[in-house]
Amino acid sequence: MSDFRLILAGLGRKPLRTSLLIFAVFIAFLIYGVLAAFQSSLENAAGPSSSNRLVVANRINFTQPLPFAYVSRIQNVEGVTDVSYSNWFGGYYQEPRNFLLTFAIDPESYTRIYSEYVMPDDQRQAFIANRDSIMVGRSVAEQYGWQVGQQIPLSSNVWRRRDGTSVWPVVIRAIYDGKDANTSTGSVFVHYEYLDEGRAFGNDTVGIIQIVTADAAQNDAVAARVDTQFANSRAETETLSEQAFNAAFIDQQGNIGLIILGVTGAAFVTILLIVGNAMAGAIRERTGEIAVMKTLGFTSGRIARIVVGETLLLSLFGGLLGLVLANLLTNTLSGIPALNQFFGAMRITPQIALSAVGFMAALGFITGAVPAFNAMRVNVITAFRRI
Amino acid sequence: MSDSDLIVLRNVAKAYRRGEETISIFADLNLTIPSGDFVAMMGPSGSGKTTLLNLLGGLDRPTSGTILFDGAPIEKLSENKLSAWRAANIGFIFQFYNLMPTMSAARNVELPLLLTPLSTADRKRRVKTALEIVGLENRAGHKPKELSGGQQQRVAIARAIVSDPKLILADEPTGDLDRTTAVEILEMLQLLNRELGKTIVMVTHDPAAAKYARRELHLDKGTFEERHT
Ligand SMILES: Nc1ncnc2c1ncn2[C@@H]1O[C@H](COP(=O)(O)OP(=O)(O)OP(=O)(O)O)[C@@H](O)[C@H]1O
Ligand SMILES: [Mg+2]
Repeated sequence: MSDFRLILAGLGRKPLRTSLLIFAVFIAFLIYGVLAAFQSSLENAAGPSSSNRLVVANRINFTQPLPFAYVSRIQNVEGVTDVSYSNWFGGYYQEPRNFLLTFAIDPESYTRIYSEYVMPDDQRQAFIANRDSIMVGRSVAEQYGWQVGQQIPLSSNVWRRRDGTSVWPVVIRAIYDGKDANTSTGSVFVHYEYLDEGRAFGNDTVGIIQIVTADAAQNDAVAARVDTQFANSRAETETLSEQAFNAAFIDQQGNIGLIILGVTGAAFVTILLIVGNAMAGAIRERTGEIAVMKTLGFTSGRIARIVVGETLLLSLFGGLLGLVLANLLTNTLSGIPALNQFFGAMRITPQIALSAVGFMAALGFITGAVPAFNAMRVNVITAFRRI
Repeated sequence: MSDSDLIVLRNVAKAYRRGEETISIFADLNLTIPSGDFVAMMGPSGSGKTTLLNLLGGLDRPTSGTILFDGAPIEKLSENKLSAWRAANIGFIFQFYNLMPTMSAARNVELPLLLTPLSTADRKRRVKTALEIVGLENRAGHKPKELSGGQQQRVAIARAIVSDPKLILADEPTGDLDRTTAVEILEMLQLLNRELGKTIVMVTHDPAAAKYARRELHLDKGTFEERHT
């Protein structure tokens, strides 16, 4: 504890320099926090993922349809314990700019498989029982002020009805929440049957088929069996784990991960050089003081610990400030309904915070290493000759 | 050697290597300093006074020979043991005070106590006593640059005595001070020697300053010449 005061005294030597260094670290972790929260929200926007779920899509491209008959054939594949399917609906409310992330699904199996969407059981039953039902996520419902029982016109920019219109009257029968804060509640679900019976074209096809396997260890074998079964057929399939499918989905939106890595990487290297260089300079200026401390009986090891303590404190202090502001910022951003719909709950997750603290510690140790080494090497006798 | 001898130098040699050549500062130095002594070390510039002080303080090691402190050789101690030994036994006073510029007088004085297991309260009490001895109890909160040279040197003296070491080593402690202030400092050292029984070795160029010691040692060309005051 007494060393803590010496650490503070070291940092307090040049308050302006210390403030600037803290500010630099602060900016780096602000950028990191916001970008990491953004990335994790994108992953959520692509849909939830579970380790024993697979996604079957058309081999050509996941926007190409699969024959509906595949659903029952996949049901019989060895290792498959549950199956559901969905179709892109392309929905909007009143005007095309009120875009809704809408999927046509088999209500019973879909809500069974996606247990991360939680809602009262009577709402779920009502949604399953009525063909004109929709189930909407909490953030969408809040954005438009929708209530359960309300009838709304759901339009599609993809599917025309047999009568030539594109408006599908539906009734909101369920509003779901996420099982945890990471689950996006930005989607709308309609009945697949309602779509398929009403649409003017594309009948008896589905977009993608979801598979549940007995356990994740069987994923590869099951995926191989499915893809082999449909090899050389009219529509060949590609079966991926849900994570891989979601990752591919995100890749379509530009490689956010790489951008984040690039930006934060550049920020970190810059900060590393700035802080490391400034601290090396600070220790050089303090050669005389370090020599005095050694004369008084402070060991080289203890002095090195104090120096590393300074860089650690600096980077933890600046880093935590940056993380706190990033948290405030992301909370504000995800509170805006229009953003939440796409980015889910954009927030600093415990994992992001933990890895950030890890980076702060690493930054502290790395920037402290060279100055600490130099401090250890200060030779009392030659130092006093220079004073 | 008697029990009351604090320091004994036996056949101490010190040489520096500068490139190819070896420069011998002294080849065979023998010296005994009894406990409670106050030695003024004089001699021409470059004669090795600071070098000798560094040896006595365990900051440097002799090329050969032995240095006994309280009967035990110190030159074989490891770096870390030597640090602990210094913290426990030696107080240093420098020509240019060498205080920590960002710390208050009290914090500067407290510094050596951070190497002891003393509690915060005990440390506070000791710092207060040390500052009272040098007459600066009312300047405890001042930073070095808010103090005069003489006051800074008194803080340095307080720092040197706060952990109650047996030996005080002072390298030209009045070299940067005017006459009156120098006298104050010298009288304070004399007081530490006479009242508190501290053994003091002081390097000085000033014959008037040397008069405050119990005896003068002249180091020249690697040997001592003794004069009693
Ligand atoms: N680290 C070193 N490397 C090489 N030579 C050194 C070293 N330290 C001291 N010397 C040499 O040893 C000699 C004695 O130096 P020292 O500082 O002990 O003299 P001094 O008596 O204290 O002189 P002054 O009165 O000027 O302070 C000098 O010639 C000096 O150049
Ligand atoms: Mg000297």
